[in-house]
Amino acid sequence: MADIHELANSLQKLDNQMVTCMKCGMCQAACPLYAQTGRETDVARGKIALVENLAAETLKDPQAVKERLDRCLLCGSCAASCPSGVKVLDIFLQARAIITGYLGLSPTKKAIFRGMLANPKIFNAILNLAPKFQKIFAQPVNETLGTSCARFMSPLLGGRHFVPLAKTPWHKTMGHVDTPKGKSGLKIGFYTGCLVDKVFPRVAADTFKVLEYHGVGIFMPARQVCCGIPALSSGDRKTFDRLVRDNLEIFSDKDVDYLLTPCATCTATIKKIWPFMAEDYPEREQEKIHDLAAKTLDVCEFVAQTFPFDAVPEEDASNTRKITYHDPCHLKKSLNISQKPRSLITQSPGCTLVEMADPDRCCGMGGSFNLHHYDLSQKIGDQKLRSIIQTKADAVATCCPACMMQLTDLLSKANMPIQVKHVIELYAQGLQAGATAWPKHKEQS
Amino acid sequence: MASPSLIKEFQSLLGTENVMTEEADRQVYAYDSAVLEPVVPELVLRPPTSESLGKIVRLCNENGLPMTVRGSGTNLSGGTIPSKEHGVVVVTNGLNQILEINTEDLFARVQPGVITAFFARTVADNGLFYPPDPGSQTVSTLGGNVAENAGGLRGLKYGVTKDYVMGVDFFDVEGRLIKTGGRTVKCVTGLNLAALMVGSEGTLGVFNEITLKLIPPPQASQAMMAVFDSVEKASETVSAIIAHKIVPCTLEFLDQFTIQTVEEFRHAGLPTTAKALLLIEVDGHPVQVEEDAAKVRDLCTKQGATQTQVAGSAAEKEAIWQARRDALPALARLKPTTVLEDATVPRSKIPAMIRAINDIGAKYDLTIGTFGHAGDGNLHPTILTDRRDKAEFERVEKAIEEIFNAALDLDGTLSGEHGIGLTKRQFMIKEVTAATLTYSRKLKQALDPNAILNPGKIIGG
Repeated sequence: MADIHELANSLQKLDNQMVTCMKCGMCQAACPLYAQTGRETDVARGKIALVENLAAETLKDPQAVKERLDRCLLCGSCAASCPSGVKVLDIFLQARAIITGYLGLSPTKKAIFRGMLANPKIFNAILNLAPKFQKIFAQPVNETLGTSCARFMSPLLGGRHFVPLAKTPWHKTMGHVDTPKGKSGLKIGFYTGCLVDKVFPRVAADTFKVLEYHGVGIFMPARQVCCGIPALSSGDRKTFDRLVRDNLEIFSDKDVDYLLTPCATCTATIKKIWPFMAEDYPEREQEKIHDLAAKTLDVCEFVAQTFPFDAVPEEDASNTRKITYHDPCHLKKSLNISQKPRSLITQSPGCTLVEMADPDRCCGMGGSFNLHHYDLSQKIGDQKLRSIIQTKADAVATCCPACMMQLTDLLSKANMPIQVKHVIELYAQGLQAGATAWPKHKEQS
Repeated sequence: MASPSLIKEFQSLLGTENVMTEEADRQVYAYDSAVLEPVVPELVLRPPTSESLGKIVRLCNENGLPMTVRGSGTNLSGGTIPSKEHGVVVVTNGLNQILEINTEDLFARVQPGVITAFFARTVADNGLFYPPDPGSQTVSTLGGNVAENAGGLRGLKYGVTKDYVMGVDFFDVEGRLIKTGGRTVKCVTGLNLAALMVGSEGTLGVFNEITLKLIPPPQASQAMMAVFDSVEKASETVSAIIAHKIVPCTLEFLDQFTIQTVEEFRHAGLPTTAKALLLIEVDGHPVQVEEDAAKVRDLCTKQGATQTQVAGSAAEKEAIWQARRDALPALARLKPTTVLEDATVPRSKIPAMIRAINDIGAKYDLTIGTFGHAGDGNLHPTILTDRRDKAEFERVEKAIEEIFNAALDLDGTLSGEHGIGLTKRQFMIKEVTAATLTYSRKLKQALDPNAILNPGKIIGG
């Protein structure tokens, strides 16, 4: 094991960012985890203090700091409301990477990230087999939501009601896609994201329908790799770097106007996290990353801003479905996008938007946080569940497949017949409802 | 030193998860929001019930462990930094129940760990009003508010926390429950011990339950902004408003540096050439509000305001108060370290105080933005610095002392609402007599002979 003094030295590069934390404690009001536990180590102020102490060598227990840093949803709620604008996520992700670099990655994570995630061929091959076997291990539990639960006690699945892996992932259904610009005069690169590709390909399918309807050309290479956030949040900088570079190779210098993703987390990772993690990359790569980050857009943001409506047709309210919207943290807090997805819902025929209490309160998923701290994740989710149920909505919509998994689990366990939808699915349904119900967008009129 | 058997006893009383002994868990209770060196406690306890709270007070006393009670650790004067020797931090956020909201007799009973803003919201949901609104209200606890006698933006008209404390039940050092005050408007039974607890910063007892006064909410309100080309004119306007027997619920001041910083931060169109802004809100019966608002606007104009703007909609009102809320965050972003002071002067002395602050800033070559509660003379000179720059930080400390001296020369006080804690205790003697300190220390020694209740705070010792 390396010298702890070297670890402290590496952490000191975060000093300029950490020193801006004035320890005011206002993050206690924003943190969904702290709301459950009331422990200072769970809130940003406490975690920053621990990293500072490790850097100053007044604490020499990197394992203890790592365990506490890992108890975090990386939702960014604290950063979004921080009075002095501390870049909390930048600090946490870098600190996780530095400390993990020092302690070493656990063998399981090494196998998953370096063996699977960084090698899409192996990753896809394993997941291609999984749907065939999952029926043996899982049984359907909720028809509205299409969830399953474990048939017998499983240490990995626990009591989760999960959305099963799709029979065919999106990249396999479609293969390589490269269509020319249509009437919109635009062409986009499509970044599917792992969860949409393998769990919710229906979201990708509906996105394609919408893009085709609006005459947008699509470039989607059959081979895509993960955005890297699961590896980075576990501190695996090596795999993260490899995935970023792989992605650059796939998408840089392609003749597209935008890179679209239907996943809030992928969008935020590419736009926000790639650029700040790339500070020590060679200049040329940094440029490529900044170019790609600037081109990257959430699907709903793209549709809402590119194809605005002249007018929304009046509808008989009794015929519409009530939809409530959950703000994914990585759209609202990381990218400040909250109105555009809502505008797609209000403009979709047959949908009425009903707001829930605290729509931007984290759902508790937090990526791998849900895997490691399922009980806490569920407790945080309970508040979201209550807010959704109170709206009496027919469906809850959001723009993030990870949130969709958590919301599905919460609603399924509560046995609620409330559907979970991606906003683009509602918009696409509106298209199918027929030309009479569908308002003409400006370019067509 | 807490022995293993004592730690076991704490664990059986509170549950293992509420007794924090690991270094990484203790280090995060070493600081609060004051710019001071952290002190790592030996033990952190988080009692889940009031019975267990009383028992741990007794155990700490019997074992000579000095205890510092902490709500959310937002203290700006170091009042929640534990003792250097064998310090124990007692966290109250496990005691967070609102026990009663009585809409007939207009009071509420709460545990000390209830969050201020949550309480105020719940009271409002019951059709009533709890006015104290310290800047940290979204996270601060009511126990902490009472222990510090917290203020806020509504101090001018509605008073501060002490004006709402009807009773405090607390544990003495032997863990006995002391009941004080009551649920009636009038109550002269015995010594006014509840009042003694207010602002005692955890040095005299450990709060178990607090009874707070509630009032009916105002029916209407009106906000406005007045722009001035001199601090004097703004300050004279404050005096003129009060002299005309109008008491706004909020009367806030921003100096030019703060205005410019907020504008750069928010781009809301604030007048950056203005020397001072007053943000004013009047509330009460709709007819009265309309009349008061018109009078205040006329007074502002008469006193030389270059521009007045009355909020015509909820959004405009929101924009006015956003400017005030932005003051601290906008200033805090300029430099790594923010030292927020709260020296307070009689409101007629505000121009002199602001001149003094600016002179001190120039003398020590420091960046200071000043904003605050002009209506009650409670200004917040905010020094922007970098605590890693030792030479500059020494100048900051000298400047703070001179700000205190200036406030006292103007018949003011060291602290309007942040408390004395550790940061201002050495200056106490400048404001009170030696006999005052002796009297206070005797009181403390009699009630806490082993010096285990947040020793060293306010009066030293």
